[in-house]
Amino acid sequence: MNAHPEILRLLAFLAGLIIFAALNAAYLVWLERKVCGHIQRRIGPKEVGPFGLLQPLADGIKLMTKQVLVPPQVDPVLFRLAPALVLIPAIMSFVVIPFSANLVAREINIGLLLVFAFASVNVLGLLLGGWGSANKYAVISAARCVSQNVAYEIPMLITVITMVMITGTMNLNEIVLQQPDISQWYVFRFTASPLMPVAFLVFFICSLAETNRAPFDLGEAESELIAGFHTEYSGMGFGLFFMGEYANIVIGASLATVLFLGGWQSPVSFIPGGWWWFLAKVYFLIFTIMWIRWTYPRTTLWGLLNLSWKVLIPISLLNLLVTGGMLKLMPLIFGAG
Amino acid sequence: MGKENIPEAIVRFAPLDKLLGIGRANSLWPMTFGLACCAIEMMAAGAARFDLARFGAEVFRPSPRQCDVMIVAGTISKKMAPAVQTLYDQMPEPKWVIAMGNCAISGGPFSFKGQYGIVEGVDELFPVDIYIPGCPPRPEALIEGILELEEKITGNRRWPRVEA
Repeated sequence: MNAHPEILRLLAFLAGLIIFAALNAAYLVWLERKVCGHIQRRIGPKEVGPFGLLQPLADGIKLMTKQVLVPPQVDPVLFRLAPALVLIPAIMSFVVIPFSANLVAREINIGLLLVFAFASVNVLGLLLGGWGSANKYAVISAARCVSQNVAYEIPMLITVITMVMITGTMNLNEIVLQQPDISQWYVFRFTASPLMPVAFLVFFICSLAETNRAPFDLGEAESELIAGFHTEYSGMGFGLFFMGEYANIVIGASLATVLFLGGWQSPVSFIPGGWWWFLAKVYFLIFTIMWIRWTYPRTTLWGLLNLSWKVLIPISLLNLLVTGGMLKLMPLIFGAG
Repeated sequence: MGKENIPEAIVRFAPLDKLLGIGRANSLWPMTFGLACCAIEMMAAGAARFDLARFGAEVFRPSPRQCDVMIVAGTISKKMAPAVQTLYDQMPEPKWVIAMGNCAISGGPFSFKGQYGIVEGVDELFPVDIYIPGCPPRPEALIEGILELEEKITGNRRWPRVEA
């Protein structure tokens, strides 16, 4: 019985990634409540453990021992399947994310495509959850989520196509290797396209909308739709939806970091690159996402769809054209490089 | 009323039950639900000056399926009573009820001979764990009520009691 070292490595990564996703979900909720508190001139959780650090533990115990209520009118299979369908693709996406040069579970040459394929499954989970609940609010919310996700996947994918045209690869680690220092980061790579910072903004806004975060959290607009697609979920069913949401936020921030902000590469010369830089950039982006959430009010559904179809898609198409033109023209002007 | 539906655990482990109690007491998510003026004080308790979030109790969940404690804040008219009863029934176990203010306790100023519109106390509908007197109670009183509920769940008082 000598196990193959590759299988052992993958099992170690699987366990590691599940723990990473679970810890992130737990402590990002804590961070969210702290950030929210301080933005609203409150303190936030502070009595449960030092700085409220045991708060996620208490919430976890509470959620896991809460009665799992399956209402009689729901679709029993879909209702139980949906939380897993939200959480599992999010964890699977971590497989191709390069935390550092070597710290990546599986280096796949279509890594970028794989992440977006799994991101689409996540939408299916939300839709099934809303549909299976047999609750009018949940169904309306699920329909909203799907229209929102379809609308925002287009500018996001056009931006990603632009990135793939520039980088020439879908392997995330190779994309990181192409950005060795801060002037080479793709946000500031004006030689590729003068619109790169705009492309980053478009990508960031789309990842906000894809993860159903405020100001685009129409899926769970409390004032209209109770709690959205997870209205009927109690206890850990709701907990899994929440873990999936936070895992998706981490994935979105990781992708933005890898594509535009140089991944695990160091921006300064005196500190070497590594996973610490990757995590620092990811958590900075996540903090920005929370900052936006507690600063801006929720948009309306038509405002949301207008933003995508009338603003973001034209901008990203323009960026695609400009980048394509630059890719063809630059070698003609400056000679083949 | 309602108590007979609560399932009892067949086997009990004292330390585990204690741990579960501590977990539940520190994560009491109330329902986003107010009936009258007491709800304004409840909102104030969640806002910057009183900050219910310190005890992890600021997560006002909009869906009854995700709530642990129902703060009945205000007057229950007979017309509203079925809705309140439905919300209580929709909450999964374990669940607790706080009757906030004189109206929720006994009908308050609306309780007089010959009145026909008011339910005189929420305990006529379902069992109540904590009564918070006042008209309306100040946010400090609501926080005290939540601490009292925590004591009821865990058996320990969080802070020394302030003598009047």
